[in-house]
Amino acid sequence: MNKLNGQSVKNLLIRGARIIDPVNKLDEVMDLHVQSRKIVKWGKNLQVGDAETMEAKGLCLMPGLIDLHVHFRDPGYEHKETIESGAQAAIAGGFVACVTMPNTKPACDNAQVVKYQMERANVLNFNLWPSGALTQGREGKKVSEMAEMKAAGAVAVTDDGNWVVDSGVARRAYEYAATYGLPIMTHAEDPTISLNGVMNEGIVSTRLGLRGRPNASEDIATARDIELTRLIKCHLHVQHVSTRGAVDMIRRAKAEGLPVTAEVTPHHLALTDEEFVKYDTFDKMNPPLRTEADRQAIIKGLEDGTIDAIATDHAPHAFEEKDLDIEVAPFGTTGLESAFGVVMTELYHGRKWKIEDVLRKLSIAPSEILKKTNFGRLKAGEHANFILADIDKEWVFEQKNIYSKSVNSCFFGKKLKGKVLHTFVKGFQYTL
Amino acid sequence: MTTASKVLWTRKDLLGLKDLSVGEIELILDTAKSFSEVSQRDVKKSPALRGKTVVNLFLEPSTRTRVSFELAEKRLSADAIGMASGGSSMTKGESLWDTIANIEALKVDIIVMRHGSSGAPHRVSNYTRCGIVNAGDGINEHPTQGLLDIFTLREIKGKIKGLKVVFVGDILHSRVARSNVWGLTKLGAEVVLCGPKTLIPWGIEELGVKVVHDVKKAIDDADAVTLLRIQMERQNETLFPSIREYASTFGLNTALFKRAKPDAILMHPGPVNRGVEIEGALADSPQSYILKQVTNGIAVRMAVLYLLSGALKNE
Amino acid sequence: MTSQERAALDAPSLDRTLVRIAHEIREQHKDSAALALVGIRTRGVYLAERLQKKLLEITGTEIPLGTLDITMYRDDLSEVGPNPEVRETKLPFDLKQKVIILVDDVLYTGRTIRAALDALNDYGRPKMIQLAVLVDRGHRELPIRADYVGKNIPTSVKERVIIRIKEVDGRDEAVITGGKGA
Repeated sequence: MNKLNGQSVKNLLIRGARIIDPVNKLDEVMDLHVQSRKIVKWGKNLQVGDAETMEAKGLCLMPGLIDLHVHFRDPGYEHKETIESGAQAAIAGGFVACVTMPNTKPACDNAQVVKYQMERANVLNFNLWPSGALTQGREGKKVSEMAEMKAAGAVAVTDDGNWVVDSGVARRAYEYAATYGLPIMTHAEDPTISLNGVMNEGIVSTRLGLRGRPNASEDIATARDIELTRLIKCHLHVQHVSTRGAVDMIRRAKAEGLPVTAEVTPHHLALTDEEFVKYDTFDKMNPPLRTEADRQAIIKGLEDGTIDAIATDHAPHAFEEKDLDIEVAPFGTTGLESAFGVVMTELYHGRKWKIEDVLRKLSIAPSEILKKTNFGRLKAGEHANFILADIDKEWVFEQKNIYSKSVNSCFFGKKLKGKVLHTFVKGFQYTL
Repeated sequence: MTTASKVLWTRKDLLGLKDLSVGEIELILDTAKSFSEVSQRDVKKSPALRGKTVVNLFLEPSTRTRVSFELAEKRLSADAIGMASGGSSMTKGESLWDTIANIEALKVDIIVMRHGSSGAPHRVSNYTRCGIVNAGDGINEHPTQGLLDIFTLREIKGKIKGLKVVFVGDILHSRVARSNVWGLTKLGAEVVLCGPKTLIPWGIEELGVKVVHDVKKAIDDADAVTLLRIQMERQNETLFPSIREYASTFGLNTALFKRAKPDAILMHPGPVNRGVEIEGALADSPQSYILKQVTNGIAVRMAVLYLLSGALKNE
Repeated sequence: MTSQERAALDAPSLDRTLVRIAHEIREQHKDSAALALVGIRTRGVYLAERLQKKLLEITGTEIPLGTLDITMYRDDLSEVGPNPEVRETKLPFDLKQKVIILVDDVLYTGRTIRAALDALNDYGRPKMIQLAVLVDRGHRELPIRADYVGKNIPTSVKERVIIRIKEVDGRDEAVITGGKGA
């Protein structure tokens, strides 16, 4: 397994980088000084007496990426991922902070598990922000102990993967979460419609003879959650939006001023259900890869601000689990290591986005959704949490680029343009 | 004698009719015609696969298809071994790929494989040198059944192009229907699918077939009607309210079948639920070719194994 | 016939040869009721048809005619390359108690005839099997000989003997090609 070793930064002058920080309205070639793991200052031709210097000509220095949606499987499924290996994958992809999902074993539905995860991350010097379960045991019946979880550090609540089918329970849980200002992250999917589908329901599933999950299962669930938001005025964060219908509903909800935010994954914005022709289980994820029309709607949603953020839904599974037939293999793809390259390829290079817009989706918006104002921007006096990237570097994503414990990526073999070369997390420097 | 096909068979696997060209389908049908004669001889055997080993890996229960394949293999003088899910170590949690690797290590030439998961043989074919014959994968395809249906139809009607072929029943879960749809549309037949909306796959019209929900209209002027088996357990999935209502609305009887052309033929991939999808007397009528299908199945499977063994020689 | 080909039999002599073979068969088998002709695909089938006509003229009886496809019985099936097309065998008579005259165009290594004998065996047990060929070019690899030979043509292994039949090739002839420097 690949391993990155972090160097605690004592006194470092990064020279000649293009420093991009939309929050601070920066985009010019400058130097940046880090001392004792903290950013001291930035500016042109900085003179720092005895600092070690690092030439960064041609590289972009940007706030570290933040992932609103990862599965680190710790505790309980350490054969798939641990907080340590998950953090490695994150750092390899330029992510300095991650929101972990509560589908661990036991479920992260109480303060104890939240504390365990945060302590583990602290030892590893990684910014791990747990989300707690919305209901006890993620069973969709009784509201979880959100007040205690919040006090312990949980940043949001969700039953990710187990959408609360009972609308009455959902209403109470959302109200309770709103009491503590916790965003409700919803994996909007009605399982009674999805049933045993393994991919998007459409002409491709018909052609391949596979059971499908229609857009309707996501659209119905999104609609209900938006209506509950209208009722409660809770902060609803819609996870991994994959259908054009959901994009439209979120757009309308935002236009009405409802407190709704949303994310999409790199795979939903880059791939479609046509990927499935090889019956490769690495392409089996939930929500499933949809049609080209959905993909275009997602991109449009990102561009007009309907969708705030890009989050990976990094879902590691052991090779033996994925290497089963398509009906049995679990859902999910890893995504941390490939996300920056995929987003840069598709949106910056492919659709001529500005680099600021990429940062907005991968760093600024996530920091704002979570109200983590020390992130998503450079801040003097705070820990160094930034990346140095070569935004034009062409590379092919391969298994050797994986730092996760699991290798189930749907992007193997894809040509990417744009790569993170150094990640600074909590003042530790990791070089790829 | 049919015209000589110009196509050469170069595939090591038969995974589905979806991937085949018209020429390849016709080559199998023509070859099957030659092999159908073997079963009528004194010595029902040809040495074409002498020294070859075929494993029948059936990971889902099957009697008819398995027996048909075994006979086809034996009539080609191949050494045939059966492996069923109950008798193999698959049930002990061995992965499919390990099983295949083990079979390959036994120096097997061809694996005939049935699996409950769509696409399983497609993935296995990438892992192994052995030729793979898909004997049914999930709800995807059952190519030899599709071929034998088309073979039977062509034998009786002399052609496929322009025929109206109707399928009634659970299309959604039917790999037989899917293989037929791919094959028949390629060969120019008019394919009509009939059943309640709950049993029709999403957007199947895009594959060039017509969907009709009124069974009378579906059968009007048909050249052939194939009935698909209704699985009794499906009524618990709210796909249709009861067997009784299904039989009364989609079940085929003599009166209904009269709406088809006078020389229309009736087919069924078996096993038949008499009194559910078909009236018993109709299943036994002279227009029923259900048993002819069974006989033809052997010739078609012999043809497939023969052609595959040719493509496997480059090892 | 192209410039590299040397004539071995022209159309009239090919016809005369078949007449002669028919007479030889007639002489050996006074009881034509037991006779049956079996042509080996492809050209043997047409030669057998012609022999049937000639025998009808001579004896006044129509000798039953069958066609044999020996593809499945070839001993080179395990060699490299896609399997050859299998075509139909039609033997519309009971082989038991029959004298089978197997008909082929060229007798060379003898392997085709070996396959044909194996194939016939699977259809029943004839009283006797004889072999009639238009051309015997030598180079046998198996202990097989013809009972009726149209013409013996000594050849080198490098040469090829091509039989053309009106029904397939548009004209009747036997030619030799290749060999010298080819």
